[in-house]
Amino acid sequence: MSPILSITGVSHHYGAKQALNDVSFDVEKGSFALLLGPNGAGKSTLYTLLTQLLPLQAGRIAIAGHDISAAPRAALAGLGIVFQAQTLDLDLSVEQNLRYFARLRGMSGKDASRRIDAQLERLSLNDRRGDRVRALNGGHRRRLEIARALLHQPQVLLLDEPTVGLDIPTRQRIVDDVHDLASDGQATVLWATHLIDEARAGDRIVLLHQGAVRTQGEARALLDEHDCDDLATLFNQLTERKPQAPLKGLTRQDAGGTA
Amino acid sequence: MTNHWLRCMHGILIRETLRFFQQRERFLAALVRPLVWLIVFAAGFRTALGLSIIDPYTTYIPYEVYIVPGLAAMVILFNGMQSSLSLVYDREMGSMRMLLTTPLPRWYLIFCRLLAGSFVSILQVYAFLLIALAFGIDLPASGLIAVLPSLLLGGLMLGSLGLVLAAAIKQLENFAGIMNFVIFPMFFLSSALYPLWKMQETSETLYWICQINPFTHVVELIRFSLYWQPAPAHLGWSLLAFVLFAGAALWIYSPARGLRGGSGGPPGR
Repeated sequence: MSPILSITGVSHHYGAKQALNDVSFDVEKGSFALLLGPNGAGKSTLYTLLTQLLPLQAGRIAIAGHDISAAPRAALAGLGIVFQAQTLDLDLSVEQNLRYFARLRGMSGKDASRRIDAQLERLSLNDRRGDRVRALNGGHRRRLEIARALLHQPQVLLLDEPTVGLDIPTRQRIVDDVHDLASDGQATVLWATHLIDEARAGDRIVLLHQGAVRTQGEARALLDEHDCDDLATLFNQLTERKPQAPLKGLTRQDAGGTA
Repeated sequence: MTNHWLRCMHGILIRETLRFFQQRERFLAALVRPLVWLIVFAAGFRTALGLSIIDPYTTYIPYEVYIVPGLAAMVILFNGMQSSLSLVYDREMGSMRMLLTTPLPRWYLIFCRLLAGSFVSILQVYAFLLIALAFGIDLPASGLIAVLPSLLLGGLMLGSLGLVLAAAIKQLENFAGIMNFVIFPMFFLSSALYPLWKMQETSETLYWICQINPFTHVVELIRFSLYWQPAPAHLGWSLLAFVLFAGAALWIYSPARGLRGGSGGPPGR
């Protein structure tokens, strides 16, 4: 199967500082890929390249078969994006925010209404549709951003640290919601995070550190391959960090791998 | 032009208009500012400033009548700069990223944003002109129609300048500098409050600065349009300034330059 997102030999620098160094990985259609890395690993830089907010300096990125250098608009059209920083208009209502986005994406009023209803229903935001975004809590705002990102039925959903600043139950719910989206075949997901407990056994993991891919593969296979008992150990080992006792993340037992 | 392009423009226009009306303080400030000048300032200065008959006027006019075009242009100037403030806010809040990831050409998105800003300016100017008429300021009612293209051009030109300035402002806190170094000099070194021959009597240098100030040409374009008078020179200078500022804005926000990517990390994180 050809990948829906293909990143090949991507490098990027800010002046003398190398932010990404020959990054390559693919994401298959319908999968949930976790771009895992500590702060400063280059995740956000990679997202700004994927979303074309920064020009590509080296390498190739293709989204749904569209090379972002050759067909930038077709590539962007296939993306649903949830940025690390919130991008909602606080002075507009939930519905006005969604309508604004629907218009930017060229949807007709009728089509937009239908899709807005469906997304608000799916993410349990229907009763807040008239509220100003300013009045929503962090979890609701994030769910609204996910609803917005899905409005045009993108082929790839990019989320850049979408749970930062949220409490654990809210974080868990968002992680579960987006995993459900991928498993239902509604979207292919690339989820950037530094939080190892957001990984699930079947996720594809791309571990980024200091701008380079340190390892990649299915979560349970990686634990076997690196002979680690849990994802935290693997993460610490490959990012040269000291172990942090309370955070273990996915274990081999959870993943059903060999002990 | 496809439906997508039109819907996108419609969406940006609606968003800017909704934001404007939902920020009531901004709406009130936009109206009160020129009205204070018209009612208080003009009342104080009408006896101090003698005006000769100058184009496009065919007779002596009260000072309040003279400054109306300048105050209309001031509304556009403030709104253009307010748009730049709003752009810095959008950049800090991230909404700019959302706009720029729309799958349409960057130049078109910037143009829509400019057009929406101009539309909001024009709403404010008409509200001001109607209140001025209600206060008994003698303006030709039909001029309110004739002035529309000039207001649009002025809005686009000053909005483009706002976009360029927004790129130079790193944080919202730095916006005060715009007030001191852009709005006030542009406004006072123009024909908004006094005819340029008066400035020339005082200082030839200041007179020439006023002449090259694009804001002067917007003021005069509005003044002449209000009286259905052609002003090709002012139109030409205003168009030239628009082309220059819009060109600079498009260059600054071109995809090849990213979203003001600095040297230390991804922009607007």
